[in-house]
Amino acid sequence: MHMNTESPICVELRGVSLNYVSNGRNVHALQDVTLAIRQGEFVAIVGPSGCGKTTILKLVAGLLPPTQGQVLIDGAPVKGPQKNVGMAFQNPILLPWRTALENVLLPLEIVQPHRQEFARNRRKYEEQALHLLHTVGLEGFADKAPYELSGGMQQRVSLCRALIHQPEILLLDEPFAALDAFTREELWGVLQTLWQDRGCTVILVTHDLREAVFLASKVYVMSKRPGRLVQEASVDLPRPRTLENTFEPAFVNLVHHLYTCIGEVRA
Amino acid sequence: MSDKMRKRLLDVIPPTVTIILFFLIWEVGCLVFGVDEFVLPRPSVAVETYFRWQSAIWPNALQTLYTTLVGFGLAIVMGVALGALIGYSELLYKALYPLLIGFNSIPKAALVPVFVIWFGVGTMPAILIAFLIAFFPIAVNVGTGIATVEPEMQDVLRSLGGSRFDMFRKIGFPRAMPYFFASLKVAVTLSFVGSVIAELGASNRGIGNMMVIASSRFEVPLVFAGLLVVAAMGVALYAAFALLERRMVRWAYRGQN
Repeated sequence: MHMNTESPICVELRGVSLNYVSNGRNVHALQDVTLAIRQGEFVAIVGPSGCGKTTILKLVAGLLPPTQGQVLIDGAPVKGPQKNVGMAFQNPILLPWRTALENVLLPLEIVQPHRQEFARNRRKYEEQALHLLHTVGLEGFADKAPYELSGGMQQRVSLCRALIHQPEILLLDEPFAALDAFTREELWGVLQTLWQDRGCTVILVTHDLREAVFLASKVYVMSKRPGRLVQEASVDLPRPRTLENTFEPAFVNLVHHLYTCIGEVRA
Repeated sequence: MSDKMRKRLLDVIPPTVTIILFFLIWEVGCLVFGVDEFVLPRPSVAVETYFRWQSAIWPNALQTLYTTLVGFGLAIVMGVALGALIGYSELLYKALYPLLIGFNSIPKAALVPVFVIWFGVGTMPAILIAFLIAFFPIAVNVGTGIATVEPEMQDVLRSLGGSRFDMFRKIGFPRAMPYFFASLKVAVTLSFVGSVIAELGASNRGIGNMMVIASSRFEVPLVFAGLLVVAAMGVALYAAFALLERRMVRWAYRGQN
């Protein structure tokens, strides 16, 4: 799917700042962040560790209120958790007493309107979940417990869980950071396919520049704390991108450019 | 021999050997040092006495089992309910915990005379003591399991807009199950001890009562036969709940076995 620049704005941050108190110290996490993400766009946010990347996701998810400024989804201010948002974290955080399939089904037991129909439509929902597991290469693993799955497989389940209720926005907080390089790069492909199938808006937070360039249509670079957006780079490489593409000059140059930006930010 | 069978045998042989050794040393020790049957009867004598008095022992043992299980059942219901409350709400936890500690600090044997005044001698005091003694560990374990849910796990539900009650139902409660079942094993043996203690002084039935009568008649072998039955029942109850635990919360053992 090609990104349509005419699509309406889906997620918008207007002059957002965030302060919080941690261990009695005032932490200035974000300062005056403004950005607009269009519907169906895949955006990556990169930056040094502790720069407030995750904070942006929490603001969009409605888990945190901004100290200043506004967070809007589809033009409406975010007040509290959103039902059209799916989230995946650095750790898969699966519920260990549930099978892979039951873990994927969890959001449907919580989010309206599925919640009300869950008991009645359980079979239909299970088929959707099985289909999703199939898409990420986990057919035959639906009835396995999390401890029976490898780290990469658990992260796939976690991705399915974030997508099962067909959210409009997918928030990914360094979802592949804890995986080995081969598994990580394999999952880039999986995520790209999922995004192309679903057409949802994705915000990916990562410190892996190759990951950002591989997946995103636009990469934002954040400064160290207090986090500000200091650079914005469009990635106009054709899709679907393959791992072979990551060795081509266009790709390498973009990664190098971002690398230089980060170097300046960290200095 | 298959690996599975070898593993089975390794599970069974060491405890069996220990128990046999224990009784052997006891038996031989009594013989060698010529210990009077009146002071410490040999296990063989206790077992023989058991078979002689079987018909008298079993109705009493079943009575004790009955009071134990009724009291324990009450402890489960109340323990889970209270544990869920203190795990769910920090305010309730703060409000109730000191009182709970206070109650738990009272030696349960000291309550027997009080219950006799309230309910008379009989089944009731045994049930109540069995209940009180087992209630606390269950409540504390369930409460701990619910209260210690990882913040990351809470974020998963919070990001979906789940309520506090969703959090409790989908995460807190299932997560507390290993704690709950672990506490059951301990609590059921405590209940059993509580029942016997109550029967020692405040019952006209039960294995505790039988032992009191036997000792007042200086029938020490019968007292020991009673003790053996008590121990065997305690082990059986523990094993039953350990098995239940394995069945119910297999996930907490991460596929060991």
